[in-house]
Amino acid sequence: MALPGMFRRYVFSTDHKIIGLQYLFLSLAAVTIGLLLSLCMRFHLVWPAARLPFVTGGVMTPEQYLALVTMHGTIMVFFVLTTAPQSAFGNYFLPLQIGAMDMAFPRLNMLSFWLTLVAFLVTLSAFLVPGGAPISGWTAYPPLSGMGEITGPGEGAGQSLWIAGILIFCVGSLLGSINFISTTIDLRAPGLTLSRLPLTVWAWFVTAILSLLAFAVLFAGGILLALDRVAGTSFFLPAGLVLSGQLQTHGGGSPLLWQHLFWFFGHPEVYIAILPGMGVVSHILANFSRKPVFGYRAMVFALCAIGFLGFLVWGHHMFVSGMNPYSSLTFSMLTLSIGVPSAVKTFNWLGTLWGGKLQFQTPMLFALGFISFFVTGGLSGIFLAQPALDTSLHATYYVVAHFHIVMGVAAIFGIFAAIYYWFPKMFGRKMNKGLGQLHFWLTFAGVYAIFMPMHFVGLAGGIRRYADSSGASYLVSLQPLHNFMTIAAFITAGGQLLFFYNFFRSMKQGEVASANPWDATSLEWATSSPPPADNFAGQLPSVYRAPYEYSLPTAAQDFLPQHLQSEHDPAQEGRSC
Amino acid sequence: MLASTIAESVGRSAGANGSAGGYLGPGGGASPNGATPQRAYITGMFLALGGILMFFSALVSAWVVRRGLPNTDWQPIPLPHILWLNTLLLAASGVTLAYSRRCLRTGREADHRYWWGLTTILGMGFLAGQLLAWRQMLSTGLFLATSPGASFFYVFTAAHALHLLGGIAALFALAVRPPRRLTPDTATRVVALYWHFLTALWLLLVAVFLLAG
Repeated sequence: MALPGMFRRYVFSTDHKIIGLQYLFLSLAAVTIGLLLSLCMRFHLVWPAARLPFVTGGVMTPEQYLALVTMHGTIMVFFVLTTAPQSAFGNYFLPLQIGAMDMAFPRLNMLSFWLTLVAFLVTLSAFLVPGGAPISGWTAYPPLSGMGEITGPGEGAGQSLWIAGILIFCVGSLLGSINFISTTIDLRAPGLTLSRLPLTVWAWFVTAILSLLAFAVLFAGGILLALDRVAGTSFFLPAGLVLSGQLQTHGGGSPLLWQHLFWFFGHPEVYIAILPGMGVVSHILANFSRKPVFGYRAMVFALCAIGFLGFLVWGHHMFVSGMNPYSSLTFSMLTLSIGVPSAVKTFNWLGTLWGGKLQFQTPMLFALGFISFFVTGGLSGIFLAQPALDTSLHATYYVVAHFHIVMGVAAIFGIFAAIYYWFPKMFGRKMNKGLGQLHFWLTFAGVYAIFMPMHFVGLAGGIRRYADSSGASYLVSLQPLHNFMTIAAFITAGGQLLFFYNFFRSMKQGEVASANPWDATSLEWATSSPPPADNFAGQLPSVYRAPYEYSLPTAAQDFLPQHLQSEHDPAQEGRSC
Repeated sequence: MLASTIAESVGRSAGANGSAGGYLGPGGGASPNGATPQRAYITGMFLALGGILMFFSALVSAWVVRRGLPNTDWQPIPLPHILWLNTLLLAASGVTLAYSRRCLRTGREADHRYWWGLTTILGMGFLAGQLLAWRQMLSTGLFLATSPGASFFYVFTAAHALHLLGGIAALFALAVRPPRRLTPDTATRVVALYWHFLTALWLLLVAVFLLAG
């Protein structure tokens, strides 16, 4: 009976590579659901009166629209943007890139994944309970999220399940981050000094520190919110609330306190989503420009600076919350200061490209797309960082366009770049290049077609979260833009079928890949594709040089892998087990 | 002597039984056969403590904000006197644990097990005392939702007690079945780090309640 063995190998596995793939497939499932939810929203914005077979009652109510807003945001932020860049690729490639056999704590690693999966199922189950999914957004502001059913459908069991799912997710992420940091500190191969780490490893390392500090705070806030809901406490619920004509018994709490706790997590979360993408993009740009990363040290400092500053700017999500204006000023200046390390990174990416022998492979295209979206979204962020402008723009589509481009799509392009780049290592086959290029251009153009007009809708006063804007004449005039965005969204979403087709077909029938198909230098390419269970087949590598030694005039092949002792000795140096 | 014993059991984090180089060294941390080096378990525990510290910092921040709101409904709550006895028990458990580790290092196996067991009993005594403190609070009509001060008291004590319960489980587990991957020195040091941290955290929380009192 081979079944138990299969279970141990592929289901309850402690192998970091299998766990990485489990995270990857979890996030692919999540992104599919999240994308379908957003299509439902876009459809509803254009045809609000349409009868839909899967909607309870036929025509979507405003509350059902808000439930879609909530669940789309929750699924995308937690189960896609947190799960894929860090947990999936970090798990698979961190041990490989530092020359280790596995994570420091493999069983803890397995527990992290299973907690994340349970969290996903619990969160999704909010759709299935009476009242449906919560309507309070992915930020779950009280009092809306803290009072129970009286504040709307979905605020009963649905909101409770949402909180439970997020709390479980927090635990999984905390355990995962402990594993990432310990592994990076204590399991590096001989010779792999900090200044020889690939920038991907630096990015996962800094991201794990952010996760450790941020998710602990969300966990604390989530428990207090749950107690407000089920135990009658008043941490976040103010006195004197009258709902449906009834005076509520809660009293004295502060909704603003939740916002502070939530955004103390929420802003670092933005960087948890984007930093791994920055690492991957740096890695890929060097590979396909055939040049060392320009300003490696500055790149590392910029990563650390963004991570650090990310903890000091949470208040810029709260300019319209009634917070003290002097606090707003402080948060505004700190927020603008993040532009400095961000500009350092962008400048160095361009410096890496400059004068390189550029190879426009699919991962390279997505890495360039990442930079484009990071710059576009970052620039609109400079406007929003100023309290006076944000006060006017905060409730509009301008903000939706901003964070989708800079956090959502840029991070997604980082994920795509990573998938196309590492697919040969993970599955031993290459993805189809033509389909990949088509997928890139369709998605790149499609995303700008969706989100560029959205900025103008926001500037014109188009209010976000409204399920139906046909009642206000100045909003009606924006409707043609909405129609355009919806059509663009459906075409772009359809384009993703190309990706899924390419992905699953290439797993079985793609061109067989060698151990190092991109002529790359880092350690994950020093082993077979896919790697054996113990990663390096008993010969753990040592490291002799910096991570991006491309275009060396003296080297025979134009690049020198990190694990080769000497350019004249092509035999792999290893230490025996 | 007590201070130095605790410092010894807490302080020597890296290097002592790991490989050379320390945290920022030139790599080569993994054992030659690829197994997780002992010092990674110490690193992992320090990181876990960092996460737990952030969790309690968030709660304490919430307490500070909630208490300082204008027009507050905050009322001081009377602390059950048994808390002082509990605090004494927990502090004593820190001493017995440090001494137990010293016995292990000096090769006195039987003494090590004796003081380890005593630590476990003192820890359980602390938890029993906390339950009694809750009962005293409840009997005076102070429930979870009675006042914000009471809410925070229950949240703080419950969160701390749950963490300590994990510590007791670890004390038990180590006494019953020594782990395969950790040496006795590493295993007991990991548990001692956790336990001393929770003791210090409790003293901090008691200070918070006093401030509120």
